[in-house]
Amino acid sequence: MHLGMPVRLLPKARHLAVADLLEPIRVAAPFLSGVTVSGGEATMQAPFVRALFGAIKADPELARLTCFVDTNGDASTATWDLLGDVMDAAMVDLKCLDPARHVSLTGSDNTRTLRSIETLQGRGQLYEVRLLIVPGFNDDDELLTETARWLADLDPGMRVRIIGFRRHGIRPTAVPLREPSAAERAHYGDIVRSIADLQVTVV
Amino acid sequence: MHMSQFVADAEAIVTSGAIGYDQKVRRLAGLATSALPYPALSPACQEALDKRVTCDMFEGNRPFTPRYVLPDYAKALRHGVRHLELDPPQDLDDALSFLTILYGHVPSVTTYPVYLGDLDALLEPFVPADMSDDDLDRRLRRFWVQLDRLLPDAFVHTNLGPADGRVVRSIFRVERSLRQVVPNITLKVDPQVTPDSLIEDGVETVFATGKPHFVNHPMMVGDHGPAYAAVSCYNSLKIGGGSHTLVRLNLKEAAVRQAGGLEEFLAQGLPLWVELTAELMAARITSLVEDQAFFEHHFLATEGLIDLDRFSAMFGIFGLAECVAEILAHDGIHNARYGHDEVANAAAYRIVERIAELVAARQLPYCGGGNGAAYLHSQGGIDLDVGVTAGTRIPVRDEPSMREHITVCAPHHRHFAAGISDIFHVDETAVRNPQAMVDIIKGAFAVGMRDFTFNLADNEFIRITGYLVRKSDLVEIDTVGARHGSDYLAAGSERTFHLTERAVKRVGAHELDPRPRR
Repeated sequence: MHLGMPVRLLPKARHLAVADLLEPIRVAAPFLSGVTVSGGEATMQAPFVRALFGAIKADPELARLTCFVDTNGDASTATWDLLGDVMDAAMVDLKCLDPARHVSLTGSDNTRTLRSIETLQGRGQLYEVRLLIVPGFNDDDELLTETARWLADLDPGMRVRIIGFRRHGIRPTAVPLREPSAAERAHYGDIVRSIADLQVTVV
Repeated sequence: MHMSQFVADAEAIVTSGAIGYDQKVRRLAGLATSALPYPALSPACQEALDKRVTCDMFEGNRPFTPRYVLPDYAKALRHGVRHLELDPPQDLDDALSFLTILYGHVPSVTTYPVYLGDLDALLEPFVPADMSDDDLDRRLRRFWVQLDRLLPDAFVHTNLGPADGRVVRSIFRVERSLRQVVPNITLKVDPQVTPDSLIEDGVETVFATGKPHFVNHPMMVGDHGPAYAAVSCYNSLKIGGGSHTLVRLNLKEAAVRQAGGLEEFLAQGLPLWVELTAELMAARITSLVEDQAFFEHHFLATEGLIDLDRFSAMFGIFGLAECVAEILAHDGIHNARYGHDEVANAAAYRIVERIAELVAARQLPYCGGGNGAAYLHSQGGIDLDVGVTAGTRIPVRDEPSMREHITVCAPHHRHFAAGISDIFHVDETAVRNPQAMVDIIKGAFAVGMRDFTFNLADNEFIRITGYLVRKSDLVEIDTVGARHGSDYLAAGSERTFHLTERAVKRVGAHELDPRPRR
């Protein structure tokens, strides 16, 4: 796979063709129900993902596998159009519903992420929305309530996975980021569940 | 045994502060049979036993019960048991009481019943449609507590599945809430019959209690017919039958004594060792059936709840990993590791295939259940096996990634009708994705595995050879003792083998191997 970042930033990056990936997938297939591409950001390689998923769907041995994309949602509608007929569904990270805070947290705007969630939901291709929660940044009750309302308006039975931030593998930051406690994580779940009958999982 | 030794051993048992009354009685009985003369053996067979190249599992010098007995409980429930003055039960409470009584009279080498029946199939007809799940859970919970307290031994084993039903679901709920050592549980899995949701329920139960163990139902039915069960730890045998004895061959010791390399071992060494092992089995079986005449006297046999024709014996092997390294070294191939190197894996397959062929060809007395021969068994080890890996396993802490591990082990499984265990430790990521474990279990069976067991790393429950213990029960065992007899075996195994250090596997699909490349 050609990764969309300079190689020096990703020392493990390698160039691979679709055929190179089909082989390990074939070996692991008896133990799998599906294939999920993640990243980095897999949608930055959308033509490759399309080719890979297309090859899986066309292979009689592999066609039973589902094809999922794990994405931050920062992709255009054209990207979802491109993947639409070969992708079963996507899991989308929503870092923050509030645009201003999203910029301060990630350095970019969340307009495309919100639109991706709406688009995929409308097409029946949204598997779940994942909320990554960092204490002190996006964990206040008000924001969680607002987020739950927005998601429930789209689909009251939506699958929502609440993921507590983990320090493992994170670069140092000016303001140190903290992992939420088990009690805090449980509280996030309670807030979201109190708004609507969403299918909430807390990890 | 000299009288002075006998007295000293008996003294140590009766004066021990660390074992309870019940276990003292059982150990004194074991001591008594070791004072009786052993069945006659040829000098070569005797020497192999004395040097522990072959091993009789310390079953005792004069077997007076088969090692494993699998009564036909369904028949008992239909017809009652005259010897125990039990009429066929009429309702669920009757049935639970009936079985509890019967269990108290089922012999085995452990002195406890190693098989409790396929409890879901046995009990389902006694559950009326109008009984609520709460009511069912309450009754089975009471029954489960009785089993653990009356039969305190982790080799006591029940089977469930492959079909779904109210009882199997209730048993899993009860298991998760009680978190007991007893009973050990096997879930029979048939991909055509067992719904994924039931396998997943089993997986969730493993997260809580380390049970059940999963077996490939179609493969078992192919070897034993539909009336089979996994009992004790990973011993798959015929219902209404069982195994007279388990004798095992230490492949490491056999390899050490081999003058040549792999070809000589296959051509000359293995036929010799298989014959010496079989001779020991034949002597023990004949002693049990003819001299002690178990089947002529015991009510299970005289009332037709077991049938001699459904018995065979278990031919165990262990130490394959060390055997391969040793025998390849004789050929000048050093440092080839079973589980990691092609040349070692290929040698391992040839050795096991050769043993399977020899064992199937060696007729043994009273082994009608195995068409006249023994069942091959990959023996899970005992706490005396220092420096020898259990069965055909890859050594603890040296296991490769889950998929490679399954791929290496799977080709062995078809040979072991009486069971084979490869235990996988998975980390806590599995808890978030139980469906992934369902996929792995079904995948393992699809590539030819017979038995599949996994443990959650850091679980309170750990698997020893196939039976379970709670880590907390081992802490003070030397000073205050333990309630379950099997805990004493486990304490020895944990000290000897560091079983809690099995290489942990991640279930998340992101990496096939969590450890840095070596």
